[in-house]
Amino acid sequence: MVRYILQRLGYMLLTLFLIATFSFFLMKMLPGSPMKAEQKLSEAQLEILYEKYNLDDPVPVQYINYLGNLAQGDLGVSFQMNNQPVTALLASRIPVSAHLGFQAMILGTILGMLLGLVAAVRNNSWIDYTSNVISVIGISIPSFIFAGLLQYFVGVKLGLLPIAFWEGFQHTIMPTIALAIFPLAIAARFLRTEMIEVLGSDYIVTARAKGVTKGGIMFKHGLRNALIPLVTVMGPMAVSLMTGTLVIEQIFSIPGIGEQFVTSVTTNDFPVIMGTTLFFAFFFILIILVIDILYGIIDPRIRLAGGKD
Amino acid sequence: MDKEKLNKDLFVPAKPDENESEQIQRPNLTYWQDAWRRLKTNKGAIFGLVVIVLIGIMSIIGPHFNEDGVDDQDLGLSKLPPRVQGLESIQWLRLDGTKTETYEAASVEAAKERIRQRFTQTDDEFITYDVKREGDGSKDSAKVAGFYHVYEAKGLQDEYFWFGTDTLGRDLFTRTWYGTRISLLIAFVAAAIDMLIGVAYGGISGYFGGRTDNVMQRIIEILVGIPNLVVVILMIMILDPGIIAIIIALTITGWTGMARIVRGQVLKLKGQEFVLASRTLGSSHPRILSKHLIPNTLGMIIVNTMFTIPNAIFFEAFLSFIGLGLQPPDASLGTLINDGFKALQINPHIMIFPAIVISLIMIGFNILADGLRDALDPKMRE
Repeated sequence: MVRYILQRLGYMLLTLFLIATFSFFLMKMLPGSPMKAEQKLSEAQLEILYEKYNLDDPVPVQYINYLGNLAQGDLGVSFQMNNQPVTALLASRIPVSAHLGFQAMILGTILGMLLGLVAAVRNNSWIDYTSNVISVIGISIPSFIFAGLLQYFVGVKLGLLPIAFWEGFQHTIMPTIALAIFPLAIAARFLRTEMIEVLGSDYIVTARAKGVTKGGIMFKHGLRNALIPLVTVMGPMAVSLMTGTLVIEQIFSIPGIGEQFVTSVTTNDFPVIMGTTLFFAFFFILIILVIDILYGIIDPRIRLAGGKD
Repeated sequence: MDKEKLNKDLFVPAKPDENESEQIQRPNLTYWQDAWRRLKTNKGAIFGLVVIVLIGIMSIIGPHFNEDGVDDQDLGLSKLPPRVQGLESIQWLRLDGTKTETYEAASVEAAKERIRQRFTQTDDEFITYDVKREGDGSKDSAKVAGFYHVYEAKGLQDEYFWFGTDTLGRDLFTRTWYGTRISLLIAFVAAAIDMLIGVAYGGISGYFGGRTDNVMQRIIEILVGIPNLVVVILMIMILDPGIIAIIIALTITGWTGMARIVRGQVLKLKGQEFVLASRTLGSSHPRILSKHLIPNTLGMIIVNTMFTIPNAIFFEAFLSFIGLGLQPPDASLGTLINDGFKALQINPHIMIFPAIVISLIMIGFNILADGLRDALDPKMRE
């Protein structure tokens, strides 16, 4: 187990290194420079600026410096945001996105699991069909369309909730719902399938024959076994939250990391782009690692080392 | 019935006939006929198929329904609400070419005044009112809905823009179907490239095994570790924005899923007798792969491709929505939704129609893919 985790951590570092390298050289290939935004700069001023940010060094030297700084946890300084260090910038933005993502994840999984559970218990009833329709719609319709519709109908037409910004719990409701739709749909669909399969297995028949109550069968024998593979859908959920934050934060003007990323992309803010890219990659790889380890702990039948195929 | 009355002579033992007992009673079904039979019983999948075919046809002929071109701008005709012949009298559909706004005020007259201001009109010539609540003088006690007849106001009684027009006065019906065409094109090409690379990579990796497989799988493992969102955005940044850039960005990591599935299948199949037989007869490696192994994985390949297409459509729309996708004058469903979103508060129709079309496409492909998965491989369920 320890060996496996170490091996995975090694892979993780290698992947992060590759992403850092990849994004660094991509940034160097990009047309335009961050300074061009200020067209009025003279040659001399540009030279001073380039020197200040070490952009006049040869690319290999810049690359070595970048990696060296990276190893010490220094992501550089933003070109656009008043020379703020990228780490500080990220640190101020991550809590907002984490808050939003966490809220959406909790709401989505709990509602989704309830929906899936009811659908499985009342298999082939109207509840089941409704649940299926909801999950198909939730998986199919992009979150930014949901967000737009919510904003229009709940925010503008009914005036129930504030349409943008991040100033209190009320402001979090609509973005949370928009972001929660996909996890909800995935959880509902997943739990329904698993639950139907588990409820059809022999040990449920045994439990019923023993005289276990309906609730006992449902929760102690059914749900507990159906929940085991739930960790497998955590991956897609995490990805959807990541993609979701980019648009949802944009739509609701939330000062989170996704909004920051989009802004930095449109303003050629290289250090911020690279920092955010690395952060996203790190987050993604970490989730996958946690899922794999959890899976090994929860279900010992899955052999960690070669259990892929 | 009385048992006594049944004479034993009535019963004649059936003679087993060796020739007949082995006879096949029904026509032999091929794998594909069988799959089609299963698919037909799945109402959802058929619904999805019909939706996709209809939208596909509309994306081809839709832009040519009227004389308005994709880029024909006419600022005088900007932001017209949708209006469809014959559906004007059905109020809740809101396809009657009116804009509506509801205001609350102290009196009915005050609310009407606000409605006139909203539509920048000085008189009631083109505005009709629906008084929802007579006021009693206290704050917000009166509620009036106003309908502004835009087409009449602009002297366009005989014009019908089915989906309305956008902020630059372009016909949204034409643009929506044109955008659908571009979105579908991007999705199909990206899915096809994913399929080609994935099948080739997975097939070679699985078939040759050993060290080849090991190296190829390590490469995939690293690629899978990179969130495709990040790669897509970085690729879009260095390429000139456009259809080709989006396709490249989508395919650069998109093929890994297909490669893994094909590899798994090929690993399972390559030890079977028919492969051995083919090899004994002297078939070359490429022949075994392309004539025996790949055709046997075709079901899985099709199902996986069907899931790739909606994914590609979503990603294209997503990129366009955050401003990294197609640039004007190109239009896709994503850019149309993005344009509409900017005008959402006052002119919701600009976003609604492309949003409905993209939602229908996504739903159609998802349920068709689900149905196909059940039909093509009844054993595989996930």
